[in-house]
Amino acid sequence: MPFIPLTPAERQQMLERIGVTSTDALFEVIPAGLRYPPLDLPAGESELETGRALRGLAARNRPATELACFLGGGVYHHFIPAAVGALASRGEFLTAYTPYQPEVSQGTLQAVFEFQSLVCDLFAMDVANASMYDGATALAEAVLMAQRITRRSRVVLSGGVHPDYRAVTATYLDEAERAEFVVGAVEVRDGALREADVAALVDERAACVVVQQPSFFGTLADWTALRAACDRTGALLVMVVNPLTLGLLKPPGAWGADIAVGEGQPLGVPMSFGGPYVGLMATRQQYVRQLPGRIAGIAHDVEGRRGFVLTLRPREQDIRREKATSNICTNEALVALQVTIYLSLMGPDGLRQAAESCYQLAHYAAAQIAALPGYTVLTPEPFFHEFVVRGPRPPEEINARLLEAGILGGLPLRRLVPALADCALYCCTEMNTRAEIDALVARLRAL
Amino acid sequence: MAEVTGRQARPPGLADLRQTPEPLLSELSVADRPGLDLPRPDVPAAPLPPAALLRDSLPLPRLSEPEVVRHFTRLSQRNYAIDTVFYPLGSCTMKYNPKLNDELARLPGFAGLHPYQPEETVQGALALLAALEAALAELTGYGAVSLQPAAGAHGELTGLLIIRAHHRARGEAHRRRVLVPDSAHGTNPASAAMVGYETVTLRSDERGNVDLRALEAALGPDVAGLMITAPSTLGLFDEHMLAITEAVHAAGGLVYGDGANMNALLGVAKPAQLGIDVLHMNLHKTFSTPHGGGGPGAGALAVTAALEPYLPVPVVRRAGDRYALDYQRPQSIGPVRAFGGHFGVLVRAYAYIRRLGADGLRAVSEAAVLNANYLRVLLQEWYDVAYERPCMHEVVLSGRRQKARGVRTLDIAKRLIDYGFHPPTIYFPLVVDEALMIEPTETETKATLDAFVAAMAAIAREASDQPELLRAAPHATPVRRLDEATAARQPVLRWATPGRGHGETGA
Repeated sequence: MPFIPLTPAERQQMLERIGVTSTDALFEVIPAGLRYPPLDLPAGESELETGRALRGLAARNRPATELACFLGGGVYHHFIPAAVGALASRGEFLTAYTPYQPEVSQGTLQAVFEFQSLVCDLFAMDVANASMYDGATALAEAVLMAQRITRRSRVVLSGGVHPDYRAVTATYLDEAERAEFVVGAVEVRDGALREADVAALVDERAACVVVQQPSFFGTLADWTALRAACDRTGALLVMVVNPLTLGLLKPPGAWGADIAVGEGQPLGVPMSFGGPYVGLMATRQQYVRQLPGRIAGIAHDVEGRRGFVLTLRPREQDIRREKATSNICTNEALVALQVTIYLSLMGPDGLRQAAESCYQLAHYAAAQIAALPGYTVLTPEPFFHEFVVRGPRPPEEINARLLEAGILGGLPLRRLVPALADCALYCCTEMNTRAEIDALVARLRAL
Repeated sequence: MAEVTGRQARPPGLADLRQTPEPLLSELSVADRPGLDLPRPDVPAAPLPPAALLRDSLPLPRLSEPEVVRHFTRLSQRNYAIDTVFYPLGSCTMKYNPKLNDELARLPGFAGLHPYQPEETVQGALALLAALEAALAELTGYGAVSLQPAAGAHGELTGLLIIRAHHRARGEAHRRRVLVPDSAHGTNPASAAMVGYETVTLRSDERGNVDLRALEAALGPDVAGLMITAPSTLGLFDEHMLAITEAVHAAGGLVYGDGANMNALLGVAKPAQLGIDVLHMNLHKTFSTPHGGGGPGAGALAVTAALEPYLPVPVVRRAGDRYALDYQRPQSIGPVRAFGGHFGVLVRAYAYIRRLGADGLRAVSEAAVLNANYLRVLLQEWYDVAYERPCMHEVVLSGRRQKARGVRTLDIAKRLIDYGFHPPTIYFPLVVDEALMIEPTETETKATLDAFVAAMAAIAREASDQPELLRAAPHATPVRRLDEATAARQPVLRWATPGRGHGETGA
């Protein structure tokens, strides 16, 4: 049997030592009629056969990485330097587990500490955790955290927050019964998308206000007035960010965010049909004991050597059980490592260059598309690297035609934003070339 | 294995690293160090956003690629891992992670897929998800499976949300309590609290079962259900399992199963047939996907057919030979994650199930249980075994005997490191004094098990004759015992950044 090294002779020796004649005796505690149920599963395969079967399934897909990809919406096709995968797939990182014994886990623990530090530098915030599952659940836990800190339950959200992030937050917060959501309106006015000013929606009942920068629709806003509204009312400012855009954009700490979350996928993580990804989460020093998740800190050993340990443990489920800040245990350590390696390789100049490329290519594409008869770009300036397009046909139809030319068109918004069912969200990254954009525009023109 | 003697112990590979601490990235950073280059876009430059929206500085470390590679390679050498040593963490199932699975997950036809691609471009991926769901359902006896949860605790949260939805739909929202055995993993009550339940702790009896009288006393019209781990964190299958689940159902509650210990039950028992209504499995435990130093995992959730309408959206649907993602699910609890499940992890689990097949999976559980019982009977000469029963895939010892000599389980664990083993889980479950929870898994050789026993026996002798060796262990690791108490009192949680200080957080 694969991966089971015991030989028949060894098995026999072991059974004798235990004092039973077969392993059946070790399963007598299972109720008789339920023991050894038939399994309607195929027999096992050789490595060759399993490889063949799964390669066959992979071949039935058309990956975005092999098409001209203009799809974004929270997950992005970005450049991943080769060293990221090479280092993160080392068995010493890949096959280790939770660093319960720090003396033999300094690789994992130092990498976690470096990840936390990089998130703090990128976000300009005081303290970050070792990761959450993804950006959406990080947001949900940030809102729970804000409720704990303020002892309020109402949640104000900008209409620019990713609709699926809002949906995950609603699942976690029991929006049906226990938490009131107030969501800012989004409408098309004077030929452009207008996201309502949420500062007007914030009062003393709000635990927090959640905004996203760039918004789901790609826009950028000045949050100075919102920070002032939070100061006046005691609501916490929670920002959802795309960490790659922070190569250029003002970070959440500089806006005065109390809690900042984001999806780390753009930073060196393959799209992989939805995951695994990594939730980034940071907050102010004063709130650190309310932060969920694992946190690594510096410690010194009996000989004065510097090392790293998991710390502030009474926040966590294995210590505080039902009183923990969260139930999270296994998180996204290896994906966080990929992010750490990516940022180490890119450095501040590389990250800025990547962000600027996304910006420039998207602005070029938007300008070309806006000039096409029958097409409107609804996202107003300032925007970053995504923009909403309304075309002469339903976006699903447009995308079917584009796919014939090897182009993955923008995300049709029917499911996520029903009021914009006739629109699609287009995205450009540093992986798009001018030639790809010109080909896209030519195809759109021809429709 | 090399002879280990006292302070001269040299676990393979780690000893020299004590002389060469690995600096932080921030300490390796040098101004003007060239990083990665990217091509500049060949388009007319648009003006950047207004300065008020841009950052002033980006204080990230600057390293060259050769330095980055050396830094992380050296860090990796400071870890113990399944790929290097025996790693018997109880309830974590540290089995071998097959390399084929990693290779398949990296195929561009899987890794290069955007989750929002049109369905016709991802039929192979959807087919894989459907096949994995079907296989997990068959292994466990359930009507439906969701692959959306990102980890076991995430599966618990999802399952409890489903239980809450079930009761609300029946007009029984007043069921606000969940029963949790005292041996339960901390995520169980933490998940219940996140869903808004009050937890009631049930004591275990002297044989490690849920105490039936405590259960009966706690059941009532305000109880939503019971969370049970099968086998339990004590490595024991509850001798009254059917009576327990029947009692909960009779009182109108549902049973949640924590399936972290499924490595004992593959092809041996189907949890659905034991009366468990909702079950999560840890694919990074039972199904061999790599633990990654703390994730990514995946917490597949299986439910009875009656609870299927509550599953998170979207759900994979099959119509003939076409697959689709179904978002029209009016009774769904909603999504618990954006973008679906951890597809990269799910590919690995599916490959593993194909590789093993029905007979192979049953052989996994038989060998896992055999290995654990072998350790149990050998170790009981030196250590108290917590319960006088055959165990399943893991065995819980108590360091009571050694405590009487002034040596604690912590010291035994640290001394095991000197012998080249990763320690077992310690101080869990909470119901066993000085607990030591050992799960060998089925992928270990008898020789490794014998070497582990020899080390544990040597440590037991040292506990009597040279206890100071244990208390000062480990001796030859890159760092020795760390002062975690001071670290928590004066937390330093990030490096010093130019212009932002060190981030000492004080209280």
